[in-house]
Amino acid sequence: MSRNTVFNEFVLKFGTVNGSGSASANFLCAKVLFRMGLPVSAKNIFPSNIQGLPTWYEIRVSEAGHMARRAGIDVMVAMNPQSYKRDAAEVVPGGTLIYDSTLERRFDRDDIQVIGIPIARLCAEHWTDSRQRQLFKNMIYVGSLISLLGLDDGVVEQLITEQFKSKPKLIEPNLKALHIGRDYARDNIDTPIAVRARMSDKTAGKILMTGNEAAGLGALYAGATVATWYPITPSTSLVENFERHASKLRRTEDGRHNAAVVQAEDELAAVGMAIGASWNGARAFTATSGPGISLMAEFIGLAYFAEIPLVLFDVQRGGPSTGMPTRTQQSDILTCAYASHGDTVHILLLPGDPGECFTMSVDAFDIADRYQTPVFVMSDLDIGMNDWVIDELTWDDSRKLDRGKVLDAAALDAVAEFARYRDVDGDGIPYRTLPGTHPTKGSYFTRGTSHTDTGGYTEDGRLHAQMLERIKYKIEGAAAHLPKPVIDIRDPEARLAIVNFGSTDPAVREGLEELDREGHVMNHMRLRAFPFAQEVRDFAEAHDYLFVIEQNRDSQMRHLLMTEADILGPKLIAVPNIDGMPLTAAFVREFVLQALRRLPGYGEASRIVAQ
Amino acid sequence: MTHIVKPQFRHPRLATNSQGLTRRDYEGVISTLCAGCGHDSVTAAIVEACFELELPAHRVAKMSGIGCSSKTTNYFLNYSHGFNSVHGRMPSVATGANLANRELTYLGVSGDGDTASIGIGQFVHAVRRRVNMLYICENNGTYGLTKGQFSATNDRASKNRKGLDTPFDSIDLCNMAIELGAGFVARSFSGDKAQLVPLIKAGIRYKGFALIDVISPCVTFNNHTTSTKSYEYVRDHNHMIGRLDLVETSAEIEADYAPGTSADVTLHDGSQMRFTKLDESYDPTNRETILPALERYRQRGEVATGLLYLDKREADLHELIGTPDQPLNEIDERALVPGSGPLAAINAAHR
Repeated sequence: MSRNTVFNEFVLKFGTVNGSGSASANFLCAKVLFRMGLPVSAKNIFPSNIQGLPTWYEIRVSEAGHMARRAGIDVMVAMNPQSYKRDAAEVVPGGTLIYDSTLERRFDRDDIQVIGIPIARLCAEHWTDSRQRQLFKNMIYVGSLISLLGLDDGVVEQLITEQFKSKPKLIEPNLKALHIGRDYARDNIDTPIAVRARMSDKTAGKILMTGNEAAGLGALYAGATVATWYPITPSTSLVENFERHASKLRRTEDGRHNAAVVQAEDELAAVGMAIGASWNGARAFTATSGPGISLMAEFIGLAYFAEIPLVLFDVQRGGPSTGMPTRTQQSDILTCAYASHGDTVHILLLPGDPGECFTMSVDAFDIADRYQTPVFVMSDLDIGMNDWVIDELTWDDSRKLDRGKVLDAAALDAVAEFARYRDVDGDGIPYRTLPGTHPTKGSYFTRGTSHTDTGGYTEDGRLHAQMLERIKYKIEGAAAHLPKPVIDIRDPEARLAIVNFGSTDPAVREGLEELDREGHVMNHMRLRAFPFAQEVRDFAEAHDYLFVIEQNRDSQMRHLLMTEADILGPKLIAVPNIDGMPLTAAFVREFVLQALRRLPGYGEASRIVAQ
Repeated sequence: MTHIVKPQFRHPRLATNSQGLTRRDYEGVISTLCAGCGHDSVTAAIVEACFELELPAHRVAKMSGIGCSSKTTNYFLNYSHGFNSVHGRMPSVATGANLANRELTYLGVSGDGDTASIGIGQFVHAVRRRVNMLYICENNGTYGLTKGQFSATNDRASKNRKGLDTPFDSIDLCNMAIELGAGFVARSFSGDKAQLVPLIKAGIRYKGFALIDVISPCVTFNNHTTSTKSYEYVRDHNHMIGRLDLVETSAEIEADYAPGTSADVTLHDGSQMRFTKLDESYDPTNRETILPALERYRQRGEVATGLLYLDKREADLHELIGTPDQPLNEIDERALVPGSGPLAAINAAHR
């Protein structure tokens, strides 16, 4: 390796064909780097297709801990002739492109290093079966990275052994392919590449997990027993993970498990079932994405108005309409905040990583039960489907589920009169009962029509207004008990700040550091829930301008901040990003710098920080 | 519609059943439907059936959609929880409720707008999933609350009150349910309480999806001489294919049936359904022959009523997906929350 080699800070990208088995090989590389003690951020950039189209997998390695996506590829493993041209174009000058040179070709880039490995030929020499020839290509390029990039032999072999634990026959041929790639690169490639991985210790106490798995686990730990859903990218793996873990961790003595998972006929039925189950006292949820939310809207209004707890996971993708099903976006914010016709306002939780998908998933069930209302967990494709490095999940065994105000038979006997929708405690939250509880007390009629405080039908405008006002008061009361915004005062004197939420956080934090180095010190607030806590208003009050960064065209969160937190529009500078890719720090930095030039008095660097 | 509670006074010697409840205890608030509405007769039949079955009223969940028929769940079983959901979506809400607690009795009432139009997809899948419930469709061939539009169960031969007919064929809910695997499919007439009460009792006792399609005339919008869902038409064209009785395990089985024409079926709870054939050629347990037989009645312009189909294998959604015997909403949180130990193992698997 050369003296200028950069260690442990690089982006490695794979360009492959979907359906060719490359996904597991690529994930293997991410996991190897993670096990080598390196923080990794892995982004799967895939088509809405089953087989044959280009697909990519980006791994950013950053010992310094920058986990946002970064443009500019240091090492491109280009295994798909369909995408050679654009793959080569993405490599940074001085970077490396590795390709299958069985068919040699030129890449029209004399500023990058091109490494050819005759992968198909090597496979043909060692295997006769056509399927094996195809599959082992993947392991050959992984093997080459041992020699070229410094993937650790021992870690790779250990992971392969673990991966095929249940199919031990596959271990040996995979190791063979790995070694073919490793040895070919070692023996035939002389020039070192500009970046390299070496062992570190930055991932102690960390795990690599997707948000959908974490959210599914959260539902399991929240005691959810009914999951009803309709398959839709990118939410599908959430319920699948719930079911997979439930089948192990909720197993009964006779081999069944304490959960019911039903794949519904559509999203309307999925949410209807969740509402029915929740009404009947089970913790129930559904998971979907934007198109599903649109279909569920009518039922969401029913749950809001009839005050039925409901947990919905919206793993957002590119809209409108079918949009970009396999790209990330945060464009369901307004749809969810006000889902359904009439006056409705809903609680949104805004996880910033898979770790928060777990904690907020558990919290969502408590909040839904406490406030008897729908609660949305607003994840997105980037958090939901990509593997993130997060702190180990933790659980406090003394935690009790908060099932809210539910009267059992004894409590019903003790009350003089039960009125389902009466505000007894002054907090706007009424008491509910479950069907089948008491022979003569506590039954009521659940309806989406306007109702009296005992659940009777009414067309009395005064009672209707009282009901709507009470529900509004109830939801407003929740604001103080939702996850608080994460506020980072980087300089108490700073007049500017960045506001964001969800998966954009790694890019925003990295961007803040870059701006900081250039003399623009800004404070930072990451929103974690809607309705907004008082802290959100106070933070806005304390700054002259706030850049509101969000992945949608119409600056939906900015709208919410204006209308629901009464923050003046001119103070809130919209920073929309809608290309469907995970946000980069470069985008944040460039957008903010450009905007600063238009803000009189703020464009000059406010403080130069010594490097 | 207003919410009118009935007066509480009653005759001091009103008979009580084993639950200590009188017939009145199975009633609800006062109906606000039009005088003479077929739906009110169905309500009365439900009250009678639940009283005779001696159901603990609070262990019944009443599920409905939107429309005149769906309002009726407020007119019976005051001690039960009711759920008037959204238009056509009662089946999914009932499915979810049933998933949460398999031990309650689920009684769904909807109309032909809910069942054959806006919610036909949900109806179809509730049948297919064998949700353990009795689904009563109060079928009047018309949209009453919006003033008399045709519904999808309206026959081509039938005209609306303005004398117009529909260009489309009607949907036969019973045929569809039989095709889809409903275990218990019956058709009845709101004006025939003697037939309807035993059907409701048997449908409640049946484990799996039970449908009773009740032709229930709309006196305001679809009871004219050119309607096939009028009192007059159904009385004239009703062809009862058999009589059904439900014999509780505790009751003595009466033997007043003509030999060779009756068949007993024991239900999962031990009670017996006794089916007496009035039409020798009709066998409600034979799926192969019933659809052609029903088609013959239809071609003759007859409305076949009675138990049309019975699948003796009683199985419901819970058995099909293997949920535990204990209702999911009653499982203690200690059995549901895995705790920190398993989480440590999950963490380890993600390193």
